[in-house]
Amino acid sequence: MLLAVLSGFVLALLAPWLYKIGRDATGWILAILPLALFGYFVGFIEPVAHGEPVSYTYTWIPSLNVTLSFYVDGLSLLFSLIITGVGTLIVLYGSGYLAHDKDVNRFFVYILMFMASMLGVVLSNNLVSLFVFWELTSVTSYMLIGYYHEKEESRFAALQALLVTGAGGLVMLAGFVMLALQGGSWEISDLFAQANAIQGDALYLPILILILIGAFTKSAQFPFHFWLPGAMAAPAPVSAYLHSATMVKAGVYLVARLSPVLGGTEAWLYAVTGFGAVTMVIGAYIAWQQTDLKRILAYSTVSALGILMMLLGLGSEVAVEAAMVYLVVHSMYKGSLFMIAGAVDHETGERHITRLGGLLKAMPFNGAAAVLAAASMSGIPLFLGFVAKELIYEATLDAHILPLLITILAIVTNILTIVAAGMVSLKPFFGPPIKTPKHAHEAPWSMRLGPITLASLGLILGGLPFTVEEFGKLIASPAASAILAEPLEVHLHMLPVALSTVVMLSAVTLLGGIGIYLIRLPLGRVVAPLNAVSAVGPEQWYKWSLDGMMVVAKWQTRVLQSGYLRYYLIITILTTVGLAGITMVSQGVLQNLSAITMTEVYLHEIILVVVILGATVLVLRTASRLTAVAGLGVVGFCIALLFVLFGAPDLAMTQFSIETLSVILLVLVLYKLPTFTGFSTRFQRARDLVISLTGGILITTLVLIETALPINSRLTPYFAENSLTLARGHNVVNVILVDFRGFDTMGEITVLGMAALGVYGLLKLRLGQKSPDKGIKQPVIPHRTEEFYTTPVPAQEKVDS
Amino acid sequence: MEVILAFVIGALYTAGFYMILRRSIVKLILGLGLLGHAANLMIFTIGRLTRASPPIIGHEGEALHAPFADPLPQALILTAIVIGFGVQAFAIVLVKRAYQTVNTDDFDQMRSTDLQEA
Repeated sequence: MLLAVLSGFVLALLAPWLYKIGRDATGWILAILPLALFGYFVGFIEPVAHGEPVSYTYTWIPSLNVTLSFYVDGLSLLFSLIITGVGTLIVLYGSGYLAHDKDVNRFFVYILMFMASMLGVVLSNNLVSLFVFWELTSVTSYMLIGYYHEKEESRFAALQALLVTGAGGLVMLAGFVMLALQGGSWEISDLFAQANAIQGDALYLPILILILIGAFTKSAQFPFHFWLPGAMAAPAPVSAYLHSATMVKAGVYLVARLSPVLGGTEAWLYAVTGFGAVTMVIGAYIAWQQTDLKRILAYSTVSALGILMMLLGLGSEVAVEAAMVYLVVHSMYKGSLFMIAGAVDHETGERHITRLGGLLKAMPFNGAAAVLAAASMSGIPLFLGFVAKELIYEATLDAHILPLLITILAIVTNILTIVAAGMVSLKPFFGPPIKTPKHAHEAPWSMRLGPITLASLGLILGGLPFTVEEFGKLIASPAASAILAEPLEVHLHMLPVALSTVVMLSAVTLLGGIGIYLIRLPLGRVVAPLNAVSAVGPEQWYKWSLDGMMVVAKWQTRVLQSGYLRYYLIITILTTVGLAGITMVSQGVLQNLSAITMTEVYLHEIILVVVILGATVLVLRTASRLTAVAGLGVVGFCIALLFVLFGAPDLAMTQFSIETLSVILLVLVLYKLPTFTGFSTRFQRARDLVISLTGGILITTLVLIETALPINSRLTPYFAENSLTLARGHNVVNVILVDFRGFDTMGEITVLGMAALGVYGLLKLRLGQKSPDKGIKQPVIPHRTEEFYTTPVPAQEKVDS
Repeated sequence: MEVILAFVIGALYTAGFYMILRRSIVKLILGLGLLGHAANLMIFTIGRLTRASPPIIGHEGEALHAPFADPLPQALILTAIVIGFGVQAFAIVLVKRAYQTVNTDDFDQMRSTDLQEA
């Protein structure tokens, strides 16, 4: 199983290399993997249908309870079959569609990685690994949508999709963490048993909202639906795969997967059904007003995703069964229609249906496939789409909330879906031929296989009583049982057994759809003014929030990163003082100050302290550089004396020698630098003094608090006892340095070495100066850094001449 | 004594902060030096002061016997002094080179990475 999930990543790495050998045949070679995986998953159908989920566990990060565990039940199996089955056809289709593109091997890499990530999402039984695969699908989809990266539109759409789904994924992660903490496990299958405890918890609602946001962004639910039509900037095979059959269904999958844990409550019912219902109507309504083939399909996909969410929200047996059947139906017809749209675009150079017509003669295979797919999409009897539509109506009529309203919304949606189906299949292929930019001809076989297979599957599965029943028993019912977490057997019928309300509704829908298709052009002109609403729609919110973020970022950068060192320092000092001060006050540690006791002080110590303070003031106030250096030296030497007095002779020796070196170095170098001039105004000095004082006061308070309480170190007794016995050293300080904390000292030596190298380098650095360093007053040559860093050759020439 | 030193440390920090807020790079280096001294003294004080013997084990004993000065802060400070010197040496040379290159010691005139008209 691990191999099955990860093989896509491995093959993705090998794909560019294979492309060098295989060239045009690469697609056919690469398609073997998804096909083999499809066969592998077919093998699971029989055991899973008998109610035996299979699980695999591999340890991944045991210290964090993260496992790589996979779980094959009806639901994940159904998704795996779609992912690998459609994936096979897409790899073939993509090799034809992008045959003349020099970057086609990039497409293979991304699409295979995407397929593997998607398999990971639907098979993961661990919330963390599910999240990782989930984000991998976002990242690979970013690459795929942005495939034509030289176009700005593509880059914009790719980023938009990434930001929306990526942000949703992060929100979802927060929900996952809370869910796992509440349920006591990261394994999804373990959480099923905790459903009652989780739903009764105060955190249930936040968990639900966070996870639903993740699912809604991924599955393009209102108000996050706008990224999906934008993502049509991707090549057709990507749209056919990601944006109809797989990635956009990840959100649906998540909602279905967590139904047993989070579902069945009022909040669930209203949120999932509500957003689903709104999405399906809005998507269908926008779809039929489009003229671009891919945009019609994109909005009708939004609508279909809404239907799926709505059904999962309802959560009844028939609703869940309807969702699973419709999911399969939709993947087939929408996948094939996207591929057909791509083929039409590819072979004619035109995507707008107003400028397409009569293509059937030129493209008979794709035309026939389009008719078959559209028939399934419209829910015409003999097609699996009909079975799905019957179940949908049955579910809405049976809804726990507002059955009438939901049914009416479903009818409207289905009528508009039929209109969209007609627009993408009838309009381009029938009627009077229209001249297209390219001479229209049939697409190559690699691009025919996918549409034909998927479109005819709708007829094969839905056209015989036997296949409908077997499909229901082996695929749909096990998936629905997994969602409901109880065995379920709904018998699917090819044709209705009796003349019921549902059949009436189907008839109404079909007639309504045909009627509206015929009057769609005048009707479109009538409702056109309503579309002004979209100017304040969610896509605008996205733009506003992005713009707002940029404004804030610019403002923040301007304020925090002014380019003046002292403002950076002021911000750092004040932030530290503020945060530490707040903590000290709120935690009540200031009370410790009352425990301060004065210990014995000798006169010579007082004298040292006075000298330190005096020398410090001298450093601050003197106008002479030498005096300042001397003052600094005095401070250092006095501190060394303090070390002597308080039992630290090693420190004193080091301090004496280093201080001497420092003073010599400072004097040598500072001698060459200009004398002090007053740059700052009186106000600036006062301000800086106040800021410095707050910092100083903070430090004093910290030291007072710390020294007021008795110290309790576990390290000191350890060093005291073990220095001689373990490390054979009498001087404990030295033993700590070279033995107990030897690695620290090695790091320190390294730092010193680096500093020495840096000093040497700086001293030797000539910065492209032509003449040797003559001293400080040498004029600056304009632009010489540029010369130095970018064009050393001309500079050299100048020297030679 | 700790109380007195607490104020000395505060004063050194204040002076150090004030100096690194100046526009002259030379003062920045002096400020860094003051801050280094202040930090060393702070670690020393927080580790508690004692006038007892240094942490050296005599030849007759097997381990240190109280009272003794805490060796741990001393080890830390020893490292800090040496590192501080490395930083200071590097900063001094850097400042010297920067001054030679751009011909000013005013930070406000060193804001661009590209050289403008001198």
